[in-house]
Amino acid sequence: MSILINKDSKVIVQGFTGKEGTFHARQCIEYGTKIVGGVTPGKGEQIHLGLPVFNTVVQAVKATGATVSLIFVPSAFAADAVMEAANGGIKIIVCITEGIPVKDMMIAKKLVQQRDVVLIGPNCPGIITAEEAKIGIMPGFIFKKGNVGVISKSGTLTYEAANQVVQAGLGITTAIGIGGDPIIGTSFIDLLTMFEADPETKAIVMIGEIGGDLEIQAAEFIQNNVTKPVIAFIAGQTAPKGKRMGHAGAIIAGSKGTAQEKMAALKKAGAIVVESPALIGVKASEALAQITDKDKENELETSVMSSIR
Amino acid sequence: MNIHEFQAKELFRKYQIPVLSGRMVTKAEDARSVAKKIGGNVWVIKAQIHAGGRGKGGGVKLARSLDEVEAITTEILGMNLITHQTGAEGKIVRKVYIEAGADIVREYYLGLVLDRTTEKSVFIASTEGGVEIEKVAAEAPEKIVKVGIDSLTGFQPHHARMLGFQLGLDKAQLKSLGKFAAGLYKLYLETDCSLAEINPLILTDSGEFIALDAKMNFDDNALFRHQDILAMRDFDEEEPTELEAGKYGLSYVKLDGNVGCMVNGAGLAMSTMDIIKHEGGEPANFLDVGGGANAETVAKGFELILADKNVKAIFVNIFGGIVRCDRIANGILEATGKTKVDVPLIVRLDGTNAVEAAKILREANIQNIITASDLADGARKAVAAAHGK
Repeated sequence: MSILINKDSKVIVQGFTGKEGTFHARQCIEYGTKIVGGVTPGKGEQIHLGLPVFNTVVQAVKATGATVSLIFVPSAFAADAVMEAANGGIKIIVCITEGIPVKDMMIAKKLVQQRDVVLIGPNCPGIITAEEAKIGIMPGFIFKKGNVGVISKSGTLTYEAANQVVQAGLGITTAIGIGGDPIIGTSFIDLLTMFEADPETKAIVMIGEIGGDLEIQAAEFIQNNVTKPVIAFIAGQTAPKGKRMGHAGAIIAGSKGTAQEKMAALKKAGAIVVESPALIGVKASEALAQITDKDKENELETSVMSSIR
Repeated sequence: MNIHEFQAKELFRKYQIPVLSGRMVTKAEDARSVAKKIGGNVWVIKAQIHAGGRGKGGGVKLARSLDEVEAITTEILGMNLITHQTGAEGKIVRKVYIEAGADIVREYYLGLVLDRTTEKSVFIASTEGGVEIEKVAAEAPEKIVKVGIDSLTGFQPHHARMLGFQLGLDKAQLKSLGKFAAGLYKLYLETDCSLAEINPLILTDSGEFIALDAKMNFDDNALFRHQDILAMRDFDEEEPTELEAGKYGLSYVKLDGNVGCMVNGAGLAMSTMDIIKHEGGEPANFLDVGGGANAETVAKGFELILADKNVKAIFVNIFGGIVRCDRIANGILEATGKTKVDVPLIVRLDGTNAVEAAKILREANIQNIITASDLADGARKAVAAAHGK
């Protein structure tokens, strides 16, 4: 089990024949992802990477039965690509593109919400279900299979966290980069819900950053709905106010959206909050060891109980 | 991107949003004739810099004669204006806006901004004008009125009523505010504005709402479709190093510490600053060299970091994904050939081909390069090096 995607997910790539689309589609195919075709307007009926190219998403979905789309369309046209996917029958949209105007995304997100569609991103590294399918741009080899789910606003920090988890002797179920823009399709809460329901995921690593209040919302949700251990890190503890830190959404507006307030909220909600980003793997390992100990105790208790009976 | 008050008011005029008559000057000798053209017998002389709090800093003054207009303009032009938003170093005033005086019955606050929680554009209004809205929000939150606008419906008359009645306006005032707000929303939407703030918004004795100040920020990602707005960019108002970084596709923010940081990816770059602090040091900067770091961007990165004389050590923290670490290692060697790096260079390369990268750096045998095995090790070594250990 895993969340959102697995080795059987059928994927099309929008912006398939472009430089980025071509490079990353090839990497996804090598990883084992079932890429079944792509969309580039005006290049329909061509063959690219041995796969069919379509002019529209509707045509691609009809011909291939794809349910997932991976978007590499340039920022000026990416929100339109998201809406085309949502209108074209795609169920999971992963938008990698960085730099989409906020107002375009506001409208695209409204449409996505009206359809029965999950949008991941934009401005994100995508999703990977370890050793099954990669729908994104992350280096696949880092993500060894295991029991830890990862949700993150950042790209390279996700790789760093996943690497630490693997170095600690654990592995990943699914890792999702939700993106660093002010408006993103899927929040921490949506994915915490899925990981909580996934029997294979035993612990969750959550990586947030300054700006907005998704982490505060997540904290409230964790307190009431998540029984699995959550290891949380918030990037930007030393970021100055009012300065955009790379990501369009990573900015402390006035005194809102600081790392400190997010860390305090998560701590209060019972999450294991690490101040140092170097401790993510170690803490995940400790949390899992505790669960295993508890499981053993429970087993022991059960066996003692049954022997008494 | 930010623009000046006088530029925002030009846009307001285009959208029939009421403003007072006024003109921008860059030379004191033009002040008198400009004031004459504006007419009246009271003028306000306002320093044009990209920072708030200009009045308190002495950058906004009243003139009651043409002589005073000229004298005050001379005084303000070229002054180093220090406000709570400029930092201690202040900002040089290069432009001055001369504006007609107005009879003010009452001052209000009106803002329009994206609310990330509701994912809507939100009007924020208050009867407490002329005061910092953050302060009002903290001290008297009941005096703040918020009305969210759904992007699918746009601004509707009931939004104006919700604003006006909560502010305690009468029917005529409400009509004036409605017109003002509708114009502002149209401008905000059509220019991909990310923040419009009018503080104060004044009510005159004729019952009209007029923007006495105007602040606008725009979504950088949408500027490609607004060449007219882009033309308003004032490079004098931007941090020179940040500007230079932007030209090379790098994202740089200067901080006060002495450990320089060069990292790929914004999240990891922030975390690198955090771990330096955690290990007892102070980061000198945020620098994201992007996912596709190469010799050229790395060389530029060193140049930017070393322009800051506080820097005593540099921590290069790269997690190679698609970008291979051996390439980055070669990039670092090439870059240190181009830009002389005379402080300890702590290099942590992890991820794709990290082993090969370590070998390349070792064999190059450059004295000031110290290799690190992971994030914590790198941060510790960088902090120690910055402390001269």
